[in-house]
Amino acid sequence: MSLDEAALREWVHRVVHGMADRRAFLRYMMGLGLSGPFLSHLLASSTPAQAQTPQPRADFAPTKRGGGGKVRLLWWQAPTILNTHLASGTKDLDASRVVYEPLAAFDSDANFVPVLAADIPSLDNGGLAQDGRAVTWKLKKDVVWHDGKPFTANDVIFTWEFAADPATGSTTTGSYADIDHIDKLDEHTVKVVFKEPTALWYDAFFGHRGHILPKHLFVQYKGQEARNAPYNLKPVGTGPYKIVEFKPGDVALYEINTQYHVPNRPFFDTVELKGGGDATSAARAVLQTGEFDFAWNMQVEHQVLSGLERGGKGKVLITTGSGIEHIQVNFTDPWTEVEGERSSLKKPHPFQTDPLIRQAYALAVDRRTVAEQLYGAGGQPSSNFLVAPSRFVSPNTAWEFDPKKAAALLDQAGWKRGSDGVRVKDGQRLKLVYQTSVNPVRQKTQAIVKKTFEDIGIAVELKAVNAGVYFSSDPGNPDTYSHFYTDIQMYNTGPGSPDPQAHMDKFTSWQIAQKANNWSGRNIPRWSHPEYDRLWKQAATELDPVKRATLYIAMNDLVIEHNVVVPVTWRHGVSAANTKLRGMDLTTWDSNLWRLAYWYREA
Amino acid sequence: MSRYLLRRLLISVPVLLGISIVLFSILALAPGDPFGELALNPNIPPEVRFNLRKQFGLDDPLVVRYVRWLAAMLHGDWGYSFVSRLPVQQLILQRLPTTLFVLGSAYVLALLIALPVGILSAMKPYSFFDQVATTFAFVGYSLPTFFTGLLFILVFSIYLGWLPFIYSSTIEARGLAWVIEHLRQGAMPITVLGLFEAASLTRFVRSAMLEVIHQDYITTARAKGLTEYFTILKHALRNALIPVVTVVALQIPTIFTGAVITEQIFRVPGIGSLLIAAIESTDTPVVMAVTFVYATLVILFNLLADLIYGLLDPRITYG
Amino acid sequence: MRESDKTMAAVRMAPYGATGLAATRSQSLWRHFWRRFCRHHLALLGMTVLMVLTLSTLLGPMVYHHRINDIDFAVSLQGPSLAHPLGTDDLGQDLLARVLYGGRVSMAVGLVAMLIAILIGTALGATAGYCGGWVDHVLMRLTDLFIALPPLPLLLLVVYLFRDTMRRLFNPELGIFLLIVLVIGGLRWMQPARLVRAAFLSLKEQEFVEAAVALGTPPLRMVLRHILPNALSPVIVAASLGVGAAILAESSLSFLGLGFPPDMPTWGRLLFDAKDHLDSAPHWALSPGTMIFLVVLSINYVGDGLRDALDARKVL
Repeated sequence: MSLDEAALREWVHRVVHGMADRRAFLRYMMGLGLSGPFLSHLLASSTPAQAQTPQPRADFAPTKRGGGGKVRLLWWQAPTILNTHLASGTKDLDASRVVYEPLAAFDSDANFVPVLAADIPSLDNGGLAQDGRAVTWKLKKDVVWHDGKPFTANDVIFTWEFAADPATGSTTTGSYADIDHIDKLDEHTVKVVFKEPTALWYDAFFGHRGHILPKHLFVQYKGQEARNAPYNLKPVGTGPYKIVEFKPGDVALYEINTQYHVPNRPFFDTVELKGGGDATSAARAVLQTGEFDFAWNMQVEHQVLSGLERGGKGKVLITTGSGIEHIQVNFTDPWTEVEGERSSLKKPHPFQTDPLIRQAYALAVDRRTVAEQLYGAGGQPSSNFLVAPSRFVSPNTAWEFDPKKAAALLDQAGWKRGSDGVRVKDGQRLKLVYQTSVNPVRQKTQAIVKKTFEDIGIAVELKAVNAGVYFSSDPGNPDTYSHFYTDIQMYNTGPGSPDPQAHMDKFTSWQIAQKANNWSGRNIPRWSHPEYDRLWKQAATELDPVKRATLYIAMNDLVIEHNVVVPVTWRHGVSAANTKLRGMDLTTWDSNLWRLAYWYREA
Repeated sequence: MSRYLLRRLLISVPVLLGISIVLFSILALAPGDPFGELALNPNIPPEVRFNLRKQFGLDDPLVVRYVRWLAAMLHGDWGYSFVSRLPVQQLILQRLPTTLFVLGSAYVLALLIALPVGILSAMKPYSFFDQVATTFAFVGYSLPTFFTGLLFILVFSIYLGWLPFIYSSTIEARGLAWVIEHLRQGAMPITVLGLFEAASLTRFVRSAMLEVIHQDYITTARAKGLTEYFTILKHALRNALIPVVTVVALQIPTIFTGAVITEQIFRVPGIGSLLIAAIESTDTPVVMAVTFVYATLVILFNLLADLIYGLLDPRITYG
Repeated sequence: MRESDKTMAAVRMAPYGATGLAATRSQSLWRHFWRRFCRHHLALLGMTVLMVLTLSTLLGPMVYHHRINDIDFAVSLQGPSLAHPLGTDDLGQDLLARVLYGGRVSMAVGLVAMLIAILIGTALGATAGYCGGWVDHVLMRLTDLFIALPPLPLLLLVVYLFRDTMRRLFNPELGIFLLIVLVIGGLRWMQPARLVRAAFLSLKEQEFVEAAVALGTPPLRMVLRHILPNALSPVIVAASLGVGAAILAESSLSFLGLGFPPDMPTWGRLLFDAKDHLDSAPHWALSPGTMIFLVVLSINYVGDGLRDALDARKVL
């Protein structure tokens, strides 16, 4: 049974005021797929009860700092810059996180964990303003930078100025653009005031977008000068380790910070972060030879990974992910050029605008085989575009694999099989070009999809584009994913933070990518629907978390109902770690190294 | 000869200039964007990307960019990497020792194998030794380096556990231990590369020697009673070396650009992986600097080869 | 007859064959050459292997019952068996079918690209070596330019500029094929060019050339008929190695997304797909690897035979 918003509110109200059984409520909600911590958040934000500040997991309790030797980390893309605000990829974020810290981080359940903040602001402790316009942070005292200077509110305010300045060209700008100003209440308290009331207060200063920079060093490198700062390569932070040597594109070496603000931490004395090579050999280095302790983002076929795991030296860790590998359907014609561009809104697609065709596509993708054979534990079939956090996941959609039904739909749409098996209608062959990036797992997915499509009479030509070109933003390059000069394409995307607002902006009509905006729009399928636009605008100003959740669910349902995309696999994070390594608590919402200070090796 | 040398050196300058123009244009026109990853992030508004492109002058006309680069080059300023903002010279110098060690040794190894094996094969063509050598050469040659590299890793690192397979440029040992560590981790990439080069070089040496060994003057030398050793080394080899010198001269500059695939497999931080990473992220200053040095080396070594022809074969004159 | 007379008679008869009749000049020269070639056993073997491979890749897919993309996870990564003579890959596809089908493309690419490289290289190298002077200078600087070019950005650029045009002019498969062989061959002519030029530089000074000049031989004939046959030896080595290199170069293009579509099972691509499964399924890599090895080896022996047959001084 589905729960409408009013009934849900009523139930929450009753639980909070003790008029209904809390346990029954929790059980029911979890049955719908909502996770515990979010339910707590849901109840907490409606309640005058104690603010939740989850404790770090119970690990071993060290009695002194250091003594653990060296920990060796292997990333198969090498870090090139140690400043998260200027980073060009996850590798840089992770490498910076060893040295820098945000005010708060996310754990594996997307709970908020204070790092440089003394505690997490909430409605109850007065940290969160009732009107959603301000957040007051109490900063931790007695924290020093690696060069000995004290960490104060000035650094927090400066970080905002640095990231929000358009001249800096910071990659984290989006998280700081909504802040109007920050008031310094005292040396260790700041009040962040937003331009508009917002529910999304947990973006700025959080996680990998929130590393605090030292004002006294970076103040000379604001704006245009930002990229010239020597501290981008020799950073000074508050983190558990200090930088010793950094060779961009190769390796970064760190040593323990003896002044770290958490007593008896970290465990390891030195850290080596090496980059380069490919994912499979990185897996071998951790799982087979044990040369390295931890490897990131194992985009390796799961058969290969399980084979490597049998050695017993290491294990494969799966982190619930937030990305959805999906196939996009082009609503415009990629084969006709109109005023210097293809896939233009002025020329709709000859057959993909027919809902029956798109429905047939959705029925002909064998999601189970792709997930089981190619991803293993690293992915599962999905029927949704928005797959995380769990409270935003729609329970109203379902996927089906039925080639016969798909074939029947094609017949119904008037496409009859020709002499060579390919369907024809009005002289046009049902032929698709299907593109994605060069990646072995993706090529195999293409092979599986192509097989079924050809069995039901659709001719498919595969195309694989070099990842560096496919994901580039060069307006002159016709092979980018935003140009979308093919009929269907496939890649992975997900919300960058636990709030889906920016992520769901990918189907609004004003985001359609065209030549006029240099293909920088985020609506790649070029689909639009007035109802979707309306829902999105409404959600952007909605503060109530329950209402927001329903709105996003409705948006997701609209996209799936119209088969604008065919979700294929909900991808989880896969990492490899030495069997004796502990304390990582990996999460998809933050860096893999967010808890590096608490890592340890079992004896 | 010295006039020839002088003329060649003088001409090299405009030639290098011409090469640099072509190189620069290709890099500017090729698709790709140094800020590509930003496109995937929903939190980055498009203006940020465009501002970055403007800041680095990526949208300026080609001629302007080229002249800017040339002027800087003439001042000894090789520019700054777009990606890491380090001066390009520093990046290259960081990697030069590793590159010279791994690739230089590989090439020396290749020569040490190819010359004797090729000569011996030519002296007794189609003998058992020759057949075995040929087969090995071709097996080694038909397999791409990523393949043989992987095979070596499987055998020596994973099954036998003798050698580490991730190259570390930051070894913290001293004295003898330092040397041993470097040899241990360099053993596999050097051997893989060396064998691959040796395979093709052996064939060239063998074929060149075969040509020469049947000449009359060799028969004469033998008839004169010279030992086989002397005959081969003093008479045959010198004349056989011309094609060998050609091939070697063409390949020595490649030591500088590194062997991309081998560097990738073993994670050797050499100039090859720098180049490929720079190409993939469209880090034009780095690519220009590396390819320009490479072009200079090519011109120099080809000049050297031409001079050596003159030494090896006195009949060759340059008009 | 005395021994010496018999020998003399044999020597006199040899060039004209058993019939003892004097054939026309060109016919006898070719037959002479062919007979010399056939005496080179390994060259014959090489030629046979090549023909067998070519025929099986051309005809095989038509008669063999498995298709190249029959996905069947139940039989994935199985070794050779009766049902699948070369085993299966990780998607359960039959390897023999894939090797045969991909072989057409790989061999065609290897041979055609190599031919293009050799033709361009020999022409330029011969011209440079023979003419000397400023012609040599200009051509060698052109060669230097091509050698100095970084292949990767050049490839990206060429493919991006010409792919759609080629697809339009010819049909999509042929267009891609031509583009790839032109790109591979077009970037590999420099080594043969320098080799030929080097050979010409020394051969040019030899007495037989002086003699030919004295006879009034026009330059083209001089190059083609007199000098070139003697300069071919290193070129033949380069050619045989070049085929293998071209086949593997095609696979590098695939990884970059510039070559054939990812479902075209060329040998290079099969090797690349197999590399991560080397320890669990070595049979997968063995098939394409052996094929490439056989092709390269055979061409090498054929090349040896050619060189020995052309070499007038050699006694076969």
